[in-house]
Amino acid sequence: MEAFSLLLHGFSVLLTWKILGLMFVGLILGVFVGVLPGLGGPNGVAILLPITFSMDPTSAIVMLSCIYWGALFGGAITSILFNIPGEAWSVATTFDGYPMAQQGKAAEALTAAFTSSFIGSFVAVLLITFVAPGIASFALRFGPAEFFSVYLLTFCSFVGLGREDKHKTIISMALGLLLTGIGMDTVSGTLRMTFGSTDLLRGVNFLVAVIGLFGISEILLTMEEQLALKGHAAAISIRTVFKVWREMPRYWVTLVRSSAIGCWLGITPGGAIAASFMGYNLAKRFSKDPDGFGTGKIEGVFAPETAAHASGTSALLPMLALGIPGSGTAAILLGGLMVWGLNPGPLLFVEHKDFVWGLIASMYLGNVVGLVIVLATVPLFASVLRVPFAAIAPMIVVSCAIGAFAIQNAMFDIWLMLGFGVIGYVFKKIGIPLAPLTLALVLGSRAEDAFRLAMISGSGSFGIFWSNWLVGSITTLSFILLFLTQIEKGISRIGRVLRPARA
Amino acid sequence: MPNDNIEIEVTDPTAPAENSPPLARTLTVDIWAMVVLAGFAALMAWDNYRTGMGWTEDGPEPGYFPFYLSVILILASVYGIVKSLGERRKAAGNAEVFVTRDQFKRVLLVFLPAVAFCVGMQWLGLYVSSFLLTAGFMIFVGRLSVWKSLLTALIFSLAMFFIFEIKFDVIMPKGPLEALFGY
Repeated sequence: MEAFSLLLHGFSVLLTWKILGLMFVGLILGVFVGVLPGLGGPNGVAILLPITFSMDPTSAIVMLSCIYWGALFGGAITSILFNIPGEAWSVATTFDGYPMAQQGKAAEALTAAFTSSFIGSFVAVLLITFVAPGIASFALRFGPAEFFSVYLLTFCSFVGLGREDKHKTIISMALGLLLTGIGMDTVSGTLRMTFGSTDLLRGVNFLVAVIGLFGISEILLTMEEQLALKGHAAAISIRTVFKVWREMPRYWVTLVRSSAIGCWLGITPGGAIAASFMGYNLAKRFSKDPDGFGTGKIEGVFAPETAAHASGTSALLPMLALGIPGSGTAAILLGGLMVWGLNPGPLLFVEHKDFVWGLIASMYLGNVVGLVIVLATVPLFASVLRVPFAAIAPMIVVSCAIGAFAIQNAMFDIWLMLGFGVIGYVFKKIGIPLAPLTLALVLGSRAEDAFRLAMISGSGSFGIFWSNWLVGSITTLSFILLFLTQIEKGISRIGRVLRPARA
Repeated sequence: MPNDNIEIEVTDPTAPAENSPPLARTLTVDIWAMVVLAGFAALMAWDNYRTGMGWTEDGPEPGYFPFYLSVILILASVYGIVKSLGERRKAAGNAEVFVTRDQFKRVLLVFLPAVAFCVGMQWLGLYVSSFLLTAGFMIFVGRLSVWKSLLTALIFSLAMFFIFEIKFDVIMPKGPLEALFGY
């Protein structure tokens, strides 16, 4: 039970007025961002990042992760009351949540959504608490070849498991990796791809890119749409909360199933979107009343919300244990770690115990406090939508600019941010996913270093990536994932050929 | 229960019209984006080739890793161009719309002021510039009342100044107005 005592230590790090206050502010800001149309987890974290620059790492990460939890909770409010999914993974919540609101059961739907989000995150945090330290200490034995193969696995699983066109995922990833190469080469000191520009010498800063990709581009996308909306207002009474909670145990199978799906898809970079749909569809398939889904069934809210949050939270597991983020938001948090001078990877558990366990403890506390806050303040946040977007848009632009400038005090970064805003806008509209790009930007230089060191120790032969059972199986698995669709097709073709023969 | 408990309603006075003529098709933009990406990758590949992408006795040369990434990027983009060209031929005239004229106008309506804000902050300083952006945007784009807009913008800019300049010591570009007050 070493994890347990470390966790207690984590709580002791957290329990200062300053950090509790920051948690509270972070959660409120997060719900606020989550409720605003078009903005969600990654956008919220990217836009509000500059606030944390001058904090110590523990306070900063606690605040940022609370913004993230808040945004996750906030997404459910708009899905249920307004039929506007704040995030792609809240889409499945609207299927039954909005009909419930239309039937006057908005309070029940919201309570169900918040509570199941809480359960999903809680299961994932438990997983992180007890599994992440083990993985991290195992990964301490990794050499460069192993690390590169794990990076490769991450990238390949994006290509193989993602829903987007394969070539678009590859483009997004290759572009990200290429952009990280710009600037001074850390090994040889040679300048690469700078074309004589002194501004490019520093390279493309990850956070500047992220602020552009997720902040500026999101405003452009939101402006395009009709911003008028109509919805229900709801207040949650304590009686409703207890009524829903009493009903909940009946759906324990759904909750367990969705949590498991969520955790699994969160750790592998498949993402919360897939998890929420899968949770919903499986609940529907195994239900005694599948036709009731879509008409306002409370189980249809439990299933996707639990899965989405379990996945959103467990995406932080590989980030903490291996330094590999499982989602776009996790990648942004990871970028934050580097700003505060922490080196992500398995050593984090050894060198920065306070930080890691403080973060894990904050996940428990943040979720409990978040649940209470959202249950109590739904009417307030629903009315945030009354604030016209014309007032919010310029404020977001300003805070993006502050963030981009403050990182390196460079005007050039502001132009870069605007450029990335346009890139993000176009990419989103033509279906090039941004998550692989974000991941590549944050992992790029470490992936390259690992690759080079591995190649040097293997004296230039790719055999190094199959030199022992561990690295060999990870590398092989990567290639299997990369060609997953082709392999599946092949297998089904073989199956088709064999079946008539057997019959 | 009947569906009449709608309580929150927000209108959008400058919303893009539904029937606005399309400005570009998604597939066309898709193809051009791929062309630009391929061109960018080719430029990068050439630069890395110049830096050295080979193998020396002490390991790979600096251009090695990025060079092969550029090659992957070129291959993926070219594949995308070919695929989208095929799809465009099949879809003929009724492909998905990338952006309509009204939508594009709205995008420019937020993007151009944002650019102006960034240009302006070099001389006016960030805080004055942000006041102008917020107030201007609320008045001219949001059609909100003038005094509400000015007040919101003033409070917002002052709050930003207080949070970043005074509380967090984050140094942002400042202009003549801040100098007047000794900052």
